[in-house]
Amino acid sequence: MSALVSVAAAAPVPTITTPSVAYLALLPIFIVLGAALVGVLVEAVVPRTERFAVQVGVTLTALVAAAISTGALHNKTLTTPSPRGSDPFFRGSLAVDKAGLFIQGTILVLAVMAALLLAERSVDVGSPIVASSATVVGSPEDKRLAASGRVQTEVFPLMLFAVAGMLIFPISNNLLLMFVALEVLSLPLYLMAGMSRRRRLLSQEAAVKYFLLGAFASAFFLYGIALLYGYANSVDLHDIFIAANTSTKSDVLLYVGLALLLVGLLFKAGIAPFHSWTPDVYQGSPTPVTAFMAACTKVAAFGAILRVLYVGFSSTSHDWRPIVWAAAIASMVVGAIFGLTQTDIKRILAYSSIAHAGFILVGFLASTADGTPNKDGIQSVLFYLLTYGFTTLAAFGLLMVVRDADGEATHLSQWSGLARKSPVVAAVMTVLLLSMAGIPLTSGFIGKFIVFKAAWHSAGPLVVIALVTSAVAAFFYLRIVVMMYFAEPPEHGPTIAIPGWSTTIALTFGTVVTIALGVFPQPIVDLAGKAAHLTT
Amino acid sequence: MSQHNPALLILTALPLVGALAVFSLREAQAKLAKQLSLAVSLAVLVYTMVVLFSFDTKGDRFQFVGSWTWIKAFGVHLAFGVDGIALVLTAMAVLLVPAVILASWNALDSRAGSEEAATASGRRRSVKNYFGLILLLEFFMIGVFTAMDVFLFYVFFEAMLVPMYFIIGSFGGPRRQYAAMKFFLYSLVGGLLMLASVIGLYVTSSVKTFSISELIAHPMPDNTTQKWLFLGFFIAFAIKAPLVPFHTWLPDAGAEAPAGGAALLVGVLDKVGTFGFLRYCLPLFPDASRYFATPVLILSVIGILYAAFLAIGQRDMKRLVAYTSVAHFGFIGLGIFAFTTQGGTGAVLYMVNHGFSTGALFIVVGLLIARGKSRNVDDYGGAAKVTPILSGMFLLAGLSALALPGMSTFVSEFLVLVGTFTRHKGLAVLATTGIILAAIYVLYLYKRTFQGPVTEKVTRFHDLNAREVFAVAPLIALIVFLGVYPKPVLDVINPAVKQTLVNVHKSDPTPKYGTAAGGTK
Repeated sequence: MSALVSVAAAAPVPTITTPSVAYLALLPIFIVLGAALVGVLVEAVVPRTERFAVQVGVTLTALVAAAISTGALHNKTLTTPSPRGSDPFFRGSLAVDKAGLFIQGTILVLAVMAALLLAERSVDVGSPIVASSATVVGSPEDKRLAASGRVQTEVFPLMLFAVAGMLIFPISNNLLLMFVALEVLSLPLYLMAGMSRRRRLLSQEAAVKYFLLGAFASAFFLYGIALLYGYANSVDLHDIFIAANTSTKSDVLLYVGLALLLVGLLFKAGIAPFHSWTPDVYQGSPTPVTAFMAACTKVAAFGAILRVLYVGFSSTSHDWRPIVWAAAIASMVVGAIFGLTQTDIKRILAYSSIAHAGFILVGFLASTADGTPNKDGIQSVLFYLLTYGFTTLAAFGLLMVVRDADGEATHLSQWSGLARKSPVVAAVMTVLLLSMAGIPLTSGFIGKFIVFKAAWHSAGPLVVIALVTSAVAAFFYLRIVVMMYFAEPPEHGPTIAIPGWSTTIALTFGTVVTIALGVFPQPIVDLAGKAAHLTT
Repeated sequence: MSQHNPALLILTALPLVGALAVFSLREAQAKLAKQLSLAVSLAVLVYTMVVLFSFDTKGDRFQFVGSWTWIKAFGVHLAFGVDGIALVLTAMAVLLVPAVILASWNALDSRAGSEEAATASGRRRSVKNYFGLILLLEFFMIGVFTAMDVFLFYVFFEAMLVPMYFIIGSFGGPRRQYAAMKFFLYSLVGGLLMLASVIGLYVTSSVKTFSISELIAHPMPDNTTQKWLFLGFFIAFAIKAPLVPFHTWLPDAGAEAPAGGAALLVGVLDKVGTFGFLRYCLPLFPDASRYFATPVLILSVIGILYAAFLAIGQRDMKRLVAYTSVAHFGFIGLGIFAFTTQGGTGAVLYMVNHGFSTGALFIVVGLLIARGKSRNVDDYGGAAKVTPILSGMFLLAGLSALALPGMSTFVSEFLVLVGTFTRHKGLAVLATTGIILAAIYVLYLYKRTFQGPVTEKVTRFHDLNAREVFAVAPLIALIVFLGVYPKPVLDVINPAVKQTLVNVHKSDPTPKYGTAAGGTK
């Protein structure tokens, strides 16, 4: 908001006319941002002993309220500030439409689950979150704090800020606003990545890596905006769309601008060849944060990709489709092949998420074939994002309960014979992995089916590659199952911690959704079908 | 499709309910788990028999049709229905299940019943999970045969992998991890290719439906797309069947799976592949089926001969039986793609017989292995003197595998060869030599294990007890009965096979020298 005001102030018009904003349609964003500010205040005024409970309460209440208000808005289709409002520069820069609301709703429900994982206090002393991230690693103070129940509760407002950014990101019709949203969602994530309680150096390394690479990606994104502004004299997606059809300027600016823009977007979605940060960051981050990043960030980033390419560049789809084709293939292949060589389950899941991003791109390509909007394609992307989000979030969440003296036991060999120790954990993990592999009667199968069905005509060869890579990826999912069920447990294997109420709810919900969407997908498929509409 | 006959829905759901009940038991209630599984499998058997005897052989092709909307957005229905082919295969599957349950009664929780020598680590295996998995597998097996919706079929086809994967991986032999993984990945690759074809079928068909009867009524135009879609289905089924050169997973899976699991794997699961040829490849892609028939026939004959030679050379008994199955699948493929009524009917009867015969053989081999704790042929010898009943059962099961006249397998093998001969003389002649090879591998195996001097180890063997006899005897009795009087089964199969051939636009060639011998005229 502050960026909005400052730009308006710099305009040559001496009097500032306030744009008319449809505040009601932005209610979910305001709730989350408001709660984030409340969270900051809580840090300042509430005593430390009470803080955790209060923060969890504020966060969950806000996210649930925002999710409900998103649901209440489901029929809204509008752009705000009002179409030809008093401020020509930012008119219509936020598009609240059905696809946008579906993505916001998905992000919010997933964020509720991620918040529940963050609220976990039973499996480790304190929480998976560090007591004080500013303390030097290994110092006496650090050791003292690690043994205490103290927790850095700032993680909750940070998460809310990130969610707010994610809510704005996919509904931005204006590239500058989209950039602001990108930063609002990214900066808290950089911090959260470094807040792991165990293996702090690895976590901090992950944070720095993520920050540096993310900063580069943001710079690319910004440079792209600048070039596009040079081409279209506007950063509004609608204006760029018109300029691409009518402009007599050289198209070099348009294409280079779009290419740079794509670098930023593909980076956030963790799509090859801009995926290299994913395994390191996913591995180093505290597991609830990893779950949050893997699920929510990816949904938001795909929402943004959908909007940018669909709204702004659908008329030039012939020119960028080959690039997205290549990215989809690269992502599927890299995810599947490199996943094979991993021995750490967190890294395996990271590569799996890269491969899944490739599958989603296949559906996305179906939605933009021949420059005409294809409802089936958008529907498939929306549905796949939802199924992927729930399954991935639950899978990462489950990693928290398998522990040894050093914290989470994520090495593949440590999971051998796990089914003997805890049939429930092994069974849940198996369901989630089978879903990722796309075995029928799980949500993953319906997701793959709907994507491949949509893409059959417009991207047939991609469907074949997707099928081949799913077979390859199935190998490493199965390897975990083999370890859990068919191998002998090691002498001093990890223990299964009993998770607290919040984690239990989140894991149960994720697993139930994974099975339910595999057996009765009809309502959500319909919902995604109804939501397959973007305001252009 | 407005029929709502719940008969098959109930039949499919019955083992699922049983499986969930068994899974919900506690580990200590192993005995109850066994009894419950047996009771459920017998109930399913009785129910199937009722359905079987109320099937009208002169009625519609598909009977007991019940269809309910499942996923409206994709036009997917929970549609069940059987024709003669599906019905006899379902009956075969549900008959095999109680036999397997009886035969594996003590395979997990007693030293005498186990196939492996007791080790120091003493791998503890969950009894209730094993029997629960078998019932779960039965649920998928019935579903896959009775599904009348391509999507539903695919769901059963793929999901069936999961219980079998756990049966091999959790309860199998020393190399079970490798075998389970190989089994799953082979099948999954085939399944994914089929998924592409299932989607392609829906997207390119004129009727935009998954209903089998409607898809058969509106065949696709003869073009390249049809050939590709055919290949997607065909490779999936060829891996499942397994047809040479897609067969390499079967010897591993068959050898490492516990004998009961192997009997179901080879007896029933692999029939899904050949059933798929008849139900999906031929009627849905008639032109492509004719186009690819010759290479398939040649591969079938190669399979018959190649696998038979490999079987002769095996020292691992379970591997040997697995290879014999690959050879038998060659015969089934031959019968199906010869496009004659005798060939088709023979192939279906072959599937049923082979289920019983190989099922019995695997069970008997498993019982022998449980006594000797070794799969190696060289560890046995002269067992006929010590265990006459086991030896007799083994010999009968073996003779049925080599298609001795008087056994039902002979009827089917004869029909297949006659059916092939009327169209492809050379291939039929080559395939006939497979019968001789079959005699070699069966009798050679019998000679090495049951004849000759009694080895010291064998003298300690116990003969079959009543439970074990009850597991095998009904299968053998059926084989002999159908060998003498196959008419009731042929009557059920024949109309469906004729209908399938009409779908492929093939009629029997006019015989030049009188009428060819057929099952029913």
